[in-house]
Amino acid sequence: MKLKQLSLFLENRPGQLRAPLEALGRARIDLLTMTLADTAQFGILRLIVADPERARKVLQDDGMVVNVTEVVPIQVDNRPGGLAAVLASIEEAGLGVEYMYDFAARATPDRAVIIFRFEDPDRALVVLAAAGVRVLTSEELL
Amino acid sequence: MNGPRPGAEEAGLSAWNDPPGGFHPVSAPDYLPREQLRAVQLQRLQSVVARAYDHVALFRTRMDERGLTPASIASLGDIAQLSFTVKTDLRDTYPFGLFASPMEEIVRLHASSGTTGKPIVVAYTQADLDVWSEVMVRSFAACGVHRGDVVQNAYGYGLFTGGLGAHYGAEALGATVIPISGGNTERQLMVIQDFGVTAICCTPSYFLHLAESAKEMKIDFSKLRVGVFGAEPWSEAMRDRIQQDSGIKAHDIYGLSEIIGPGVGVECAAQHGVHIFEDHFYPEIIDPESGVVLPDGAEGELVLTTLSKQAMPMIRYRTRDITSIIPEACECGRTIRRISRINRRSDDMVIIRGVNVFPSQVETALLRVEGTLPHYQIVLTREKGLDQMEVKVEVTPEVFSDEIRKLEALQHHLESSVENILGLRVKVTLVGPRTLARSEGKAKRVTDLRNV
Repeated sequence: MKLKQLSLFLENRPGQLRAPLEALGRARIDLLTMTLADTAQFGILRLIVADPERARKVLQDDGMVVNVTEVVPIQVDNRPGGLAAVLASIEEAGLGVEYMYDFAARATPDRAVIIFRFEDPDRALVVLAAAGVRVLTSEELL
Repeated sequence: MNGPRPGAEEAGLSAWNDPPGGFHPVSAPDYLPREQLRAVQLQRLQSVVARAYDHVALFRTRMDERGLTPASIASLGDIAQLSFTVKTDLRDTYPFGLFASPMEEIVRLHASSGTTGKPIVVAYTQADLDVWSEVMVRSFAACGVHRGDVVQNAYGYGLFTGGLGAHYGAEALGATVIPISGGNTERQLMVIQDFGVTAICCTPSYFLHLAESAKEMKIDFSKLRVGVFGAEPWSEAMRDRIQQDSGIKAHDIYGLSEIIGPGVGVECAAQHGVHIFEDHFYPEIIDPESGVVLPDGAEGELVLTTLSKQAMPMIRYRTRDITSIIPEACECGRTIRRISRINRRSDDMVIIRGVNVFPSQVETALLRVEGTLPHYQIVLTREKGLDQMEVKVEVTPEVFSDEIRKLEALQHHLESSVENILGLRVKVTLVGPRTLARSEGKAKRVTDLRNV
């Protein structure tokens, strides 16, 4: 199942990361995982939070530009070669991956969780199910 | 004395004379046959030159130097013999040196913001204020504003001519005026919604800011029909964007304090060039280098002569605005001539690596890229002796993506769009929303750090 991810535009200067995280803190919205993509000039902060709709409103009211994108959380065996096996299935299915990152907070000794941003998340769900790749539900994660 | 005929009050005595939304009789001089218009212009020109000669030392000295007297003006073409007046003449004679009326007859003073040194001071007799109101009524009428309209006047009130000029004009028209002045965006939006505002006056950049904030605050703009925008140069692309986004009709109004304030000219419903109120302001286009008068259709600097000003006549004032007189007749039927859109002023121009650049060109380039808004700032620096131009552009929700490569593509897209128009390499930097300063009056587009 798909998860809603928030992304924010950040200028590359001090204090930019703190402002949105403080806004979420004040609104008591739990941050589950995040990743920061950056260039020399700007960055994109990507967040998975417990309540994405409310979080989006909080951030927008603070004057930030926020995007909501759908990402897919995939279970990976927590062993050497576990991720490679999943990537092999993805590649065979011909799915385009924009980016991916680890959801460390939901890892266990047996499994890891990786967030994938696919070009076409709906097609990805169908193809991954057929390939036997385990996609997690939001109940399992949040 | 008999009272009014019963029922006349309800019918409104002015109703036959000023049908809301119909032709306003005050617009009649806009449609004078050219021959009669020229006769009025010549008669007024002779009288204003005589007044300037008799009462203002600077004008008299300059005419004497050229061996001219008021009698030298026998035709409109003779105006070309007179010297130009420039902004520094107003500074040099600060504060009252160009007044042609004694203070007993002057009822109002205004002054420019004076970003460089002393401000310039302008004066009005009661008759001057009446002319100003008249041209503002004609301006509003040309924009389709009428009695019954609720006009939010967000031009700054005070020494700046914008606020009071628009105020008295809209009142004289019979519209309902809200003298809100500039600034306080939230209150502006509340009033637009709660008072059912149908027309607004402000700078185009401030309106853009209002419209954007309205979208965020979910303010209902649906009654707003007309925008009367001026006091800064803006591009046709900006007008398209404003009209598309807010559904209003955006008119350009032109004016300058040295001449009278707003109301020197305005766009009619055709929105194709600004009609100059030629019966009060005589336009010429000159070659800015040689000073030679150019024929209609040729681009050059606009020079204006006030034909009816009493307190402070201006003879051949160089506006620094670059435009041309449109030779063709307008589809609206007005006979007063139009000037093409002024989107550059010779003093807005910056020279970068030898190339002349106007902020309006950058604006046009940015607006060509889908989804961008013209909240931009140009920063000029010098690195290793070479001029560098950076354009800061705010990211909007429409263009923001969660993928780096898409934002980088946007950046390159903006860079090549600017490069195509200017023929100069520029660096575009994406900045966070609302990080560039918003002006409540005239937008400041260029920060030049080269001489620091």
